[in-house]
Amino acid sequence: METVRLGQIDYVILIVYTLFVLGIGFALKRYMKTSTDFFLSGRSIPAWITALAFVSANLGANEVIGMGACGAKYGMMTCHFYWLGAVAAMVFVGVFMMPFYYGSKARSVPEYLKLRFDEKTRGFNAISFAVMTIFQSGISMYALAKLLQLLLNWPFGMSVWVSAAVVLIYIFLGGLTSAIYNEVLQFFLIVLGFLPLVVFGLWEIGGWQGLVEKLNVVTKTSEYLVVKGAPPYPDGAWTSVWANMGSSASNPMHIEWFGMVAGLGFVLAFGYWCTDFLVVQRAMAAESMSAARRTPVLATIPKILIPAIVIIPGMIALVARPHEGVFPAASMPKVGEVVQTKIAPPCLGLIPPKVEEKMEFVDGQQQIVRRIKGEKGRNGEPDKVELDYDLVMPMMLVQYFPTGLLGLGLTALMASFMSGMAGNVTAFNTVWTYDIYQSYIMPNRSDNHYLWMGRMATVFGIVVSIAAAYVAAHFNNIMDFIQLVFGFVNAPLFATFLLGMFWKRATGHGAFFGLLAGTGASALHTALTGPTGHWLVANPVHTYGSDMAQNFWMAIFSWTTCFVVTIAISLATPRKKSDAELRGLVYSLTPRFADDDHLGWYAKPEALAVIMLLITIALNIYFW
Amino acid sequence: MLDIRYPIGVMFLILGGILAVFGAFSNQEMYDIHSRGVNINLVWGCVLLVFGAFMLLMAVRAQRRGKKS
Repeated sequence: METVRLGQIDYVILIVYTLFVLGIGFALKRYMKTSTDFFLSGRSIPAWITALAFVSANLGANEVIGMGACGAKYGMMTCHFYWLGAVAAMVFVGVFMMPFYYGSKARSVPEYLKLRFDEKTRGFNAISFAVMTIFQSGISMYALAKLLQLLLNWPFGMSVWVSAAVVLIYIFLGGLTSAIYNEVLQFFLIVLGFLPLVVFGLWEIGGWQGLVEKLNVVTKTSEYLVVKGAPPYPDGAWTSVWANMGSSASNPMHIEWFGMVAGLGFVLAFGYWCTDFLVVQRAMAAESMSAARRTPVLATIPKILIPAIVIIPGMIALVARPHEGVFPAASMPKVGEVVQTKIAPPCLGLIPPKVEEKMEFVDGQQQIVRRIKGEKGRNGEPDKVELDYDLVMPMMLVQYFPTGLLGLGLTALMASFMSGMAGNVTAFNTVWTYDIYQSYIMPNRSDNHYLWMGRMATVFGIVVSIAAAYVAAHFNNIMDFIQLVFGFVNAPLFATFLLGMFWKRATGHGAFFGLLAGTGASALHTALTGPTGHWLVANPVHTYGSDMAQNFWMAIFSWTTCFVVTIAISLATPRKKSDAELRGLVYSLTPRFADDDHLGWYAKPEALAVIMLLITIALNIYFW
Repeated sequence: MLDIRYPIGVMFLILGGILAVFGAFSNQEMYDIHSRGVNINLVWGCVLLVFGAFMLLMAVRAQRRGKKS
């Protein structure tokens, strides 16, 4: 497939959007007077805005492209990331945890750890979180620039520098408020930019019923999907959420229900939504305790609907017929075959095979040769063509959107990238300034000094992200490795918070060594098991059906280790903090919060939480 | 402080206007290829116009109420 040529109108749309996000930054500049304005939005933002920002900051380009890819690869089971994982955790953080985050004097998640436990626990969390956010924005910048290079032939460096500059300018000027306001604008743009994909895709293949029937045929017969030597997938393997999770062999994700519920639904989802400062920061910017508690709960409303615009298009891409005049005629690619273009013609629905670029000697000269990539089968040798699932969303856009709407769709993709990156950058500059700079490097300076530092940290954070994007461009595998390492850090955290907030006996030593042990357990699990990792042993102790299953089980082991070790060491070490010091930080020592007694029952977070949980359960049953 | 609904409303009015006008004057051929013959630029441009107008309306209403109280 040749690269896509955009019309002038597509560029006009992209430019209008860019002017507006920058304009919002300029308009907010005069409100940034203190460090609290810059890092916490002066705690003055209404709940509906923080709620949309809460969702949007998580809806980065990696999420949009990745969830589209998973929709094609695993079908409706991908919805577990939303309907099992996210919703319960978001409700929990709103109803039970927000009183401690918002009510304590903490300005960040690491600072809560210092107040509740001790300095070393905070330091460990602050430093690992700061490094993680920077690398994550670098990785997403790399992914976006690589995609635009592939699709539109835009130079890699230009995409990186221009998109980073836009995010830098609007955060530098307007701080967290600017990031949050833009996240709301970006949220609407993402939804309105991707919605026509679902409408046209479903219309063309005969609605949901048509999609179910076509997927049942394709997923049983396609040589790209069927595992050689294994029985074919059952009916509804791609279109049911729970029905095929009795054993790991009968569903495309290759995971059984316990690993899914405990690993994703409990450990990873709660670990992310309840302790990751990137999202928690949005709720902490709300105008009141009541608004802060409602933020994650209100955010579940858009959250349960997002699968419609990211997962369903991925499923449609698997069975859609490529339109004549958009894509070259379908081909039957073979592993190792040489192709001329950077993107090969689609071979399954709209999904093209993966193309590998290598330097080879041709007629005595070194040249870049592009070949169809093979996927390793059970015996370790490539036995079939590997599909490039990351191109699912772009291929859908190119197929269904003519010039004009295509500009809107690509702008929506840029918007999702910027909202994700801004989330990382604002979380980074706050943790850096409050938890690292003010705590260990330059304490007791004026507020103006820290405001200045926040702006400098924004510049510094983005420059390091850009460097990370270039590193990723040269050493792709290093980034995979870094992602894996982040999993080590994140998985045990929720055990620490759970014990910290609900058990007053948990001590600083317990928390710190529990976290270390949990992180160690993650690393050890990866070092001993397959399919990825097993560095310590030639033959993995246990090989899971997929990377995803391995990841979920790593989380389960890591969380349990952290939980047990924290309890054991807490019981063995003396309590250092008195009941009075833990007031507002631990559940049993905090008076019931009564700010929202004047609100009707329907406006209370608890009521909305119950309603949203019931709706989510209904969705799970409907798509069972 | 700035009501975010103003910039959102204005931006979608501009984007919707651009798409709708472009749609009205573009030739049918590209819609046959991509969007099943539907002039999606015109249709979706109008959807964005309605959304932008709604956002502006909400912002103006909130401002009036704020002034009264």
